[in-house]
Amino acid sequence: MSTDTTDIELISSSQAHTGKGLGTGNPADAFVIQPPRTRTTKTPRRTRTNFEMLAWLFMRLSGVVLVVLILGHLLIMLLLDHGVSKINFAFVAGRWASPFWQGWDLLMLWLAMLHGANGMRTVINDYAEKDSTRLWLKGLMGAATVFTVLLGTLVIFTFDPNI
Amino acid sequence: MSAPTIDAPHSAALDAAEAGGVQMINFTLRIRRFNPEEHPDPVWVDYQLTMDPKERVLDALNKVKWEQDGTLTYRRSCAHGICGSDAMRINGRNRLACKTLLKDVATPDGKGGMQPITIEAIKGLAVLKDLVVDMDPFFQAYKDVMPFLITNGNEPTRERLQSAEDRERFDDTTKCILCAACTSSCPVFWNDGQYFGPAAIVNAHRFIFDSRDEGAEQRLEILNDREGVWRCRTTFNCSEACPRGIEVTKAIQEVKRALVTRRF
Repeated sequence: MSTDTTDIELISSSQAHTGKGLGTGNPADAFVIQPPRTRTTKTPRRTRTNFEMLAWLFMRLSGVVLVVLILGHLLIMLLLDHGVSKINFAFVAGRWASPFWQGWDLLMLWLAMLHGANGMRTVINDYAEKDSTRLWLKGLMGAATVFTVLLGTLVIFTFDPNI
Repeated sequence: MSAPTIDAPHSAALDAAEAGGVQMINFTLRIRRFNPEEHPDPVWVDYQLTMDPKERVLDALNKVKWEQDGTLTYRRSCAHGICGSDAMRINGRNRLACKTLLKDVATPDGKGGMQPITIEAIKGLAVLKDLVVDMDPFFQAYKDVMPFLITNGNEPTRERLQSAEDRERFDDTTKCILCAACTSSCPVFWNDGQYFGPAAIVNAHRFIFDSRDEGAEQRLEILNDREGVWRCRTTFNCSEACPRGIEVTKAIQEVKRALVTRRF
């Protein structure tokens, strides 16, 4: 057996595979499959931060808290004490007069929005194929999240029962 | 999914196979073939076979290659479920062709025949020809987690001893044969080939939880990144696909837990 290697053996997977055998590397070739895991300049650099772990932990912890907050919210608003028919401006005004319910609703708003936004972030990471698409989707989602959270917070704290 | 022979419609041949008898079945092997030198798109090609249902899918592929079409290309080496060469999608599920019996994937079509058995290359890796994929990205991820013993200080003059309990801790993940059935069944890996994938994490787990190894912190650091364990969505595809029965998702979760408990 010869120890010489052929051209084909020398071509690494970092080169695109084309219709003309392994990696001729010519971009004019009509048919190109990009190998999925290649070490290129576009490969995300090591971040050495715990962001992904903290995001993952936040999903678990906020989920547990949200189960209590949302079920409690639904129970109070829809079931107990004449159910949904009791809800009107006065009912909401009465609840938000208490710092406890203000805190409850504020916590629910922040946790639910961040929980949902983080979930959407993972969906975008999983499914957006182009970097520009990913950037745009994340930007839109971030803007919508910030807007909703800030608006909700503003309303909870500046609510005036006398309007 | 497997062995739906109990359900109607019945097949006398499959029943005979279950009872140990020999009764040949006629079936179609539907293989997704791809040759970039001939055509840019893959095509499904049907092959008619008559075989004992107790034979394996690999035997069926061999029969096609040796008797019908020598251009059919696939990897196999030991043919006994150890080398991990012949992972492929059989009836839409990742399995080893050498460990899958025909009777477990053949389904009666209700008209006296058999439904076609479909065979494709594993997903998420670039197909080179027919059932052969480029495994380089898979092995690159494997290499990136440093799958070797890392120790500090002087080498001992004799063996590094380990208690039976310490060995038991990572026993499950030592069974990996690197066939890529798990990684190529992972929907996250399909969409983002930069994800390390279950197989690399399993092999990192094998050393992270080895009492003799001292490189756990380095490996955890590697897997703590954007493309590491936190991309796992616990869909359990990997655990289902593993031909060695490794609890892959559990191993990934244990690495996650190790990261959380070591960081806090």
